[in-house]
Amino acid sequence: MKSEAEVKTNYRVKKQKSIARIFSNHMLLTGLVIIVIMAIISVLAPFIAPYDPYAIDPLNRLKPPSVEHFFGTDDFGRDLFSRVIYGTRISFFIGAVVAILAGVIGLIVGLISAYYSILDHILMRIVDGIYAFPSILLALAIVAVRGPDVVNVLIALVIVYIPSIARVVRSAALVVKEQTFVEALNAQGASKWRVLVIHTIPNLLSPLIIQVTFVFAVAIITEAALSFLGAGIPAPSPSLGNILFDGKNVIYHSWWMTVFPGSFIILLVLGLNLAGDGLRDLLDPKIVNAKRKKSRLIKTGKKVGRHGQQ
Amino acid sequence: MPQPLLKVEHLKKTFPVESSGWFKKNEVKAVHDVSFDIYEGETFGIVGESGCGKSTTGRTLLRLTEPSGGKVIYQDQDIFSLKEKNFRPIREDLQMIFQDPLASLDPKKRIGYSLEEPFIIQKKGTKKERKEMVLKMLERVGFSEEHYHRFPHEFSGGQRQRIGIARALVLNPKFIVCDEPVSALDVSIQSQILNLLKELQQDFGLSYLFIGHDLSVVRYIANRIGVMYLGEMVEQAPTEELFENPLHPYTKSLLSAVPVPNPKVKRERIVLKGEVPSPLDMPKGCVFHTRCPLAMDICKEIKPPTYKVKENHRVQCHLYEHSEVSEADGA
Amino acid sequence: MDNNKHLLDIRGLKVSFWTEKGRLTAVEDATFSIKKGETIGVVGESGCGKSVTSESILQLHDEQLTDYEGQILYKDRNLLDEPERKLRKIRGNEISMIFQDPMSSLNPVFTIGNQLVESLMLHRKPSKKAAYEKAIDVLRQTGIPSPEKRIHDYPHQLSGGMRQRVMIALAISCEPELLIADEPTTALDVTTQAQILDVLNELQEKTAMGIMMITHDLAVVAETCDRVVVMYLGQVIEETTVDQLFENALHPYTIGLLKSMPSMESDRSDQLFEIEGTVPALENIPTGCRFADRCPFATNKCLQEAPVLENATVSHKVRCWNYEEIALERGNGYATTTS
Repeated sequence: MKSEAEVKTNYRVKKQKSIARIFSNHMLLTGLVIIVIMAIISVLAPFIAPYDPYAIDPLNRLKPPSVEHFFGTDDFGRDLFSRVIYGTRISFFIGAVVAILAGVIGLIVGLISAYYSILDHILMRIVDGIYAFPSILLALAIVAVRGPDVVNVLIALVIVYIPSIARVVRSAALVVKEQTFVEALNAQGASKWRVLVIHTIPNLLSPLIIQVTFVFAVAIITEAALSFLGAGIPAPSPSLGNILFDGKNVIYHSWWMTVFPGSFIILLVLGLNLAGDGLRDLLDPKIVNAKRKKSRLIKTGKKVGRHGQQ
Repeated sequence: MPQPLLKVEHLKKTFPVESSGWFKKNEVKAVHDVSFDIYEGETFGIVGESGCGKSTTGRTLLRLTEPSGGKVIYQDQDIFSLKEKNFRPIREDLQMIFQDPLASLDPKKRIGYSLEEPFIIQKKGTKKERKEMVLKMLERVGFSEEHYHRFPHEFSGGQRQRIGIARALVLNPKFIVCDEPVSALDVSIQSQILNLLKELQQDFGLSYLFIGHDLSVVRYIANRIGVMYLGEMVEQAPTEELFENPLHPYTKSLLSAVPVPNPKVKRERIVLKGEVPSPLDMPKGCVFHTRCPLAMDICKEIKPPTYKVKENHRVQCHLYEHSEVSEADGA
Repeated sequence: MDNNKHLLDIRGLKVSFWTEKGRLTAVEDATFSIKKGETIGVVGESGCGKSVTSESILQLHDEQLTDYEGQILYKDRNLLDEPERKLRKIRGNEISMIFQDPMSSLNPVFTIGNQLVESLMLHRKPSKKAAYEKAIDVLRQTGIPSPEKRIHDYPHQLSGGMRQRVMIALAISCEPELLIADEPTTALDVTTQAQILDVLNELQEKTAMGIMMITHDLAVVAETCDRVVVMYLGQVIEETTVDQLFENALHPYTIGLLKSMPSMESDRSDQLFEIEGTVPALENIPTGCRFADRCPFATNKCLQEAPVLENATVSHKVRCWNYEEIALERGNGYATTTS
């Protein structure tokens, strides 16, 4: 029998291995690096931005990128670099808050509908109802009713993205619920709370996290679209969307007004999607891969049986 | 005669079926009027083909699905009439081992946690005591301390089933339902698990309800066997008696269908006609009459009572109508 | 064709797969043959390579991930050298296959009649009417009652046993020379299993096809096969007639398997024989004999040198260094090592 210390080291070695796996997953790594840089930019915006993003300088309108103004200036002569930095801050903040709130509410809604069949019918019809509207239209409508400001944009986006998460959680929870280990827990007399919180949630975590990163990315795009349409963050607050909107009018002679905020949106969304895909690879345990391979082999075998002898 | 540990009387379980008609409410009789006793330290085996209700019987016993009727007497009380809250402490004594050992363990939890959980649910012991007990149990089923921190997917099928057994045993139960515990395992692993179950039974004085479809496995482990067909227990006898002197025509054909691992022996098979009827459309009279080679007119009309042909040997068949009707069945 | 000639002759077959863990050899040095009208059983536990071997005959594995070495001679042609075009003519036509799970092998959106007729048209190109009649005929041969009606059923309308009969009907519809049955009865109940095995036996008597029966159940082998190949961890470790195997098995693994089965006659109070340990993973195959670390007879030689499949008698091959001693000890020594 091995000593306690030996067991512990084995255990630690295993943990280190999973960290090594993150590093060997290039997609996840690239995505995480982009997200972390964007997060640092957002948090440190007041220190990074060289100018006040609201400071108007009518003499220096629409100046191309230069040493003083890295990204040039906009049609009010405001420093574009500072505005993009602050815009990233707002976009990132909105995306993160929407992802977290929609994630938590969606998790609760999904779990409730998976485990309580009466509520399931009610909740899922509401979810279907929300789902039936194109998300941008619904968000527009909500903001139009409540008036454009940051809180209303947040509320609109959370409402719009709860259904996608609730559905993923519900279907995953239904699978977990039918597993024998849940029956084994019932045989021990485990409470519903224990089955839900301690056993079901960890088993849904991977699809949930993947869906949340996806919502994070889409919320950023939707917020940009709302702002672009004038129903998002109201001017003069900078957001990547409304900077783009301002840039649209001058796109033929002031390319920097669209290229820089546009690239930041792309970068943010790309980073999140890469991280989401990478996480999926990481969180699926190895067994799943092996099984997938095996079933592929069997499938090729069955092909002959099924189509009879081709 | 000793008092049985567990007395199952007229157990019924029906499942509602969504039917196409508006006013028709269909139900499937998965288990219909099954009675048997389980004594201390013995193994009662249930055999039957898929869909005969043997697994449902085991699950209903432990109230994993709500029973539709009948009683289960344990320690002088009917456990079906208890509220779940009052039944929880009794669950400690009544445990279960499952067929698919991988699916019966939470894939995201370390083995140690999965095994300690029964204590946590029953609110027993301190953290240290729990760990000690679990390590002792792990060692008993052939593992060492290093396995405590591992995840289920790091084990092979046979090892996982040992873990499933350890989990059923940590609370020191009196009775375990073994639901096809070896049918997912390879032959050589199967014998390891069967031996382990037998050893543990002696060491801990356990009673088993052993559910299986492989007659030679059930024969090896069970003291008494009940044969189920289409939700009913058609015959019940001590193992030797059942194999030497099967009475019910279904038991006879079942025994004759088992392949013999000896090429020199060519047995005469009783091949059954047709198929098991759908449980949605149960035959009138005796459940087996549609396939029975000895069916008589009475079988199509009247359901046979349970006849007590010998002490301990009961059979539900009109062929034995001269025997005494078992009192368990009232009649 | 000469009756004694081999229908299928597998020589030194080696099958490797490319996986995440690198190249894994699932089958190594598999050598055995099947004669016309003969049933050969391939037995072993999960992961022993028995299904991989059978699927290699028709090369059903993903060709980009699989390497085949050795020879699979079918009527003196090496199937491994044949182009895909020619293989397609052999698959399902001359050599066909039935699988464990009939539901997922049948297409749920077509009636069984459609599927039978389709497969007949593919290989034989008869008239539609003739194909239809032939379909009813093969269904009748597999013991399906009133096949004229059943032919219009969809797979989900049939029971498990009936579906397996349909699969057999599909497999024999083109009158194959060789039928590969991969665990054909594992998913079925005993009484249904008995029916299916009877159907296979009858068909073989009628058509004199060769049957390769892949199974983990030695009792099924005893009831149906003429000769048996026992596989362990990708290798053939013993090959002999059924009678020899059950009376006079030589490889310690085979002996262990036979003894660890609870049988209908054995003494119930006995402990069951256990083969110690578990099958090693494919990525760390032992250097010497692959069974050595579980074998009660293992010597130093076993741990270092890999044994070859040699002839113990004319009709009995075994891959073991110590089979002679085991044969001597049999009856007085090994039989009692259980207790």
